[in-house]
Amino acid sequence: MYELFKDLGDWLVSGEQWTGPDGIGHRLAEHLQYSLLATLVAAAIALPVGLLIGHTGKGAFLAINLASFGRALPTVGLVVLVFLASGLSMWPVYVALVALAVPSIVTNTYAGMTAVDPDVKDAARGQGMRWHQVLFQVELPLALPLIMTGLRLALIQVVATATIAAYVSFGGLGRYVFDGLAQRDLVQVLGGAVLVALVAVVLDLGLSGLQRVLFRHRPA
Amino acid sequence: MQPGKGHLMIQFDAVHKRFPNGTTAVHDLSLEMPEGGVTVLVGSSGCGKTTTLRMINRMVDPTSGTIRVGGRDVLDQDAADLRRSIGYVIQQSGLFPHRTVLDNIATVPLLLGHGRRKARARAAELLETVGLTAESGKRYPHQLSGGQQQRVGVARALAADPPVLLMDEPFGAVDPVVRTQLQDELLRLQKELSKTIVFVTHDIDEAVRLGDQIAIFRTGGHLVQCATPSELLARPADDFVADFLGAERGLKLLSLTPLKDIPQAPAPEGGTWELALDAARRPLHWRTKNTGEPELPVRPLRDTDSLLAALNESIASPTGLVARVDADGALTGVTSRDEIHQHAGQAHAEARVAS
Repeated sequence: MYELFKDLGDWLVSGEQWTGPDGIGHRLAEHLQYSLLATLVAAAIALPVGLLIGHTGKGAFLAINLASFGRALPTVGLVVLVFLASGLSMWPVYVALVALAVPSIVTNTYAGMTAVDPDVKDAARGQGMRWHQVLFQVELPLALPLIMTGLRLALIQVVATATIAAYVSFGGLGRYVFDGLAQRDLVQVLGGAVLVALVAVVLDLGLSGLQRVLFRHRPA
Repeated sequence: MQPGKGHLMIQFDAVHKRFPNGTTAVHDLSLEMPEGGVTVLVGSSGCGKTTTLRMINRMVDPTSGTIRVGGRDVLDQDAADLRRSIGYVIQQSGLFPHRTVLDNIATVPLLLGHGRRKARARAAELLETVGLTAESGKRYPHQLSGGQQQRVGVARALAADPPVLLMDEPFGAVDPVVRTQLQDELLRLQKELSKTIVFVTHDIDEAVRLGDQIAIFRTGGHLVQCATPSELLARPADDFVADFLGAERGLKLLSLTPLKDIPQAPAPEGGTWELALDAARRPLHWRTKNTGEPELPVRPLRDTDSLLAALNESIASPTGLVARVDADGALTGVTSRDEIHQHAGQAHAEARVAS
């Protein structure tokens, strides 16, 4: 057991492991690229939906249930399904990751919008704000802490799941996991897993820190 | 505080409001609100007073009938434009928690496109008007007390200097001491600004204090009576109104009558009880010649104090005499308990005849 951890430590810190096209630096960049792009696309879909159902109060039942359905889809199954339809490309990976990220963003955005004090919305209308001014000047800023929580959760889930890119022969930190499994190299498998976990934890801490700074004036 | 130049600012003409669920909130309402006056809508919850208020700035649209503000039918106007031209204050203040106090007050000027600098300058001015420090402008609403938040709510409503102010139970959520302060402030502001104010409350004492006219509503959205406070107290239209005004309705009427016209006599000298005065002839306390008896406190009254305050003071005073003072607090004379009683009765009789 001790040997294993020692080898793992050596693997993580050795210089040649970090450089070159197979190096951790490059794989990390790929991993972050997949994750950020997938989360951005998911946000572009989920934010308008969440804001719209939150503002109008209509369609919430349908949207929330669709989101739960999306959450229940097995990611690997989705990858295989899209792979069969589209052939070898990044499409299966992005479709699966976006489908994974959308539900947290929709539900958190909707929750943030419904948590806005009705008196405040009433006052905003009463001061003469038009619907888009109520939405963008009052509801959205007030829902923002919860919206950001949704984005953060989605990103963490996506980072943890982006290893599947390697399953369909693309890069990212998942490469180490799948290559290690194929080569029966336990140290490499563990190394990849530890790196993914580290990235997720660092992003989570960084983003929650950012939220605390941004929303320091909000009542507790 | 007298209703302004005789013009009507707000007119309700045969207004009905039925909600989609079938409840009638306002039933055949015709009501006029004079320019520069305070109209208080009062009644128990569910009587339609808030719906009535909210129809003025189109937060609710009537099912039928016409509402005119400044002579123009509200339904002919764009709802958002109309609301920007009317001040609106609600219970719990409804301040924007993510904006500073200053930016909250600047809301309507910004919506009207006055520019950030001008809007903030105006907001800073209003902070002072409503009795808040300049420093509080940089704070966030949740850092203020309930009473201060309500002041910010009033400042926000006044920011674009609208001729009409709608206030929906604005002081309902603050404690009684702060509420009295806020009522005093509103009366002081109104003396300066002469807005047409529509004020909703379920507190009849608040209505009597603030209103130039009071409209009493009954469940089902029926207007029962609309009259000046003294008319209402002297001649309630029916048992419902009388009950609503409460058992102390007679005393409430006395609270509206100032002492000004009640005659005074010279203060007693050399009797058992005498008023002790300071160098500026301000009454200090009642003192007695009999040794061993303590001094008794005196609460001198000015001409602007009410007959009710005089009645109270005459009961507390050892001689039954009320000390009267001028604006500087110097003694001008005394008024006896009998005199006060007689005028109290007269005040009732006059109110009955006048109405």
